Amino acid sequence: MFEMFDWKWSFAFEVLPRMLWATLNTLMAAGIGYAIALFIGLFFALGQRTGFKPITFIIREVVEFIRSTPLVVQIFFIFYVGPQVGIRLSPWTSGMAAIGLHYASYLSEVYRSGLDSVPRGQWEACRALNLSKARTYFRIIIPQALPASLPGMGNYLVGIFKDTPMLMVIGVAELMHTANALGSTYYRYLEPYTIVGVIFLLISIPTAFGLRRFEGYIARIYGMKK
Amino acid sequence: MQHYLEYLQIYGDRFAAGILVTLQQSFLACLLAIFIALIFGFMKISRNKFYRFCAISYIEFFRGTSLLVQLYWIFYVLPLFGVTLEKFTAGYLAVGLNLGAYGAELVRGSIQAVSKGQYEAAVALNMPKITSMRRIIFPQALLIMLPSWGNLLIELLKGTALVSLISVTDLMFEAKQINGSTFLSAESFGTALIIYYMMARLFIAPSMRWFEKYWTKKMGRF
Repeated sequence: MFEMFDWKWSFAFEVLPRMLWATLNTLMAAGIGYAIALFIGLFFALGQRTGFKPITFIIREVVEFIRSTPLVVQIFFIFYVGPQVGIRLSPWTSGMAAIGLHYASYLSEVYRSGLDSVPRGQWEACRALNLSKARTYFRIIIPQALPASLPGMGNYLVGIFKDTPMLMVIGVAELMHTANALGSTYYRYLEPYTIVGVIFLLISIPTAFGLRRFEGYIARIYGMKK
Repeated sequence: MQHYLEYLQIYGDRFAAGILVTLQQSFLACLLAIFIALIFGFMKISRNKFYRFCAISYIEFFRGTSLLVQLYWIFYVLPLFGVTLEKFTAGYLAVGLNLGAYGAELVRGSIQAVSKGQYEAAVALNMPKITSMRRIIFPQALLIMLPSWGNLLIELLKGTALVSLISVTDLMFEAKQINGSTFLSAESFGTALIIYYMMARLFIAPSMRWFEKYWTKKMGRF
């Protein structure tokens, strides 16, 4: 048993620098993907509130479709179907598009429930004060919807980070891709894959903890919690 | 359209074979996830510190790293420890263990969400602890957690698409293979996407809704 457990520290330290570099790529992918998702998600959420039924229906169905199909299939779809219709996308671009869209559909649900949590009276008060639509949203509604949306937004930030390994299937050089490459170069998988797991734990658990603290802080600022 | 029907005629069988494997993977992973969720969910609310520690470690570990990493670790690294798993087994094992950790949080949350009065009533009636959990608390907790389980099972179905990466011949794998030999990417991956969507939307979601309704009735709440 113990001979089989042949963890080699020398090898682990040899591959560590490359893996840390790849971690930067992973973080970048998560960051860009999240930024795209935050933005498109807002469109999905606000698009469902236009009051025009067909648009609401279409966006709802699109969101449902994206949400209930696997991200990895979507990544393949965008990467391979692009060239078929004459758009060549790099692995990074198509990966970011896929992850951004996937999480946009999740985030739109978070935004939606956040917006729904703002009491009706607030809308009516804005109406009574004759505030413009933009002012109503940006000064009154969104600030109040934010504390309710933050936990969901935080969860999906960690979620997107954990889903970045899927980008390896189209050759984005993130952490898992690098571990794979190192493994097949040296025929040693134990150390690279284990390091990947450790790096993920070391980033995602503190991030989740920090986000919870941040939520508490925001909730206090808005006077929603003591 | 004509072209797509021909495509389906040629590759329909392979998609069907893939669907079958995906269903098997999902079913086995689902059983495992429920089992894990119940065990670790109860352990997390236990008074015993050691149990609680085990549950927290398990949940944080599996929720903190990603499913793909766990899958690769189970398939490629476990053999180095002398545990060699068939790829099919490694597939549903990874998915079940991962989603089970999320399920455990649902179980814990819903049990804690049952109102305090119910616990007190059970104590007042001198019910043994296990009976009160089995007859009073858990049935109500189940009602609270069912909607979230619906979402979780869809996540689980989506998770099984990853087992194609260790070459389990599931739906995703077949789509990839067909794409590789025909270069009809829109058809191959598009069909796979639509099938996944139908499984989630026309099978999982309605059956969970049905179960929710059934359980609500059974609990005497209309």
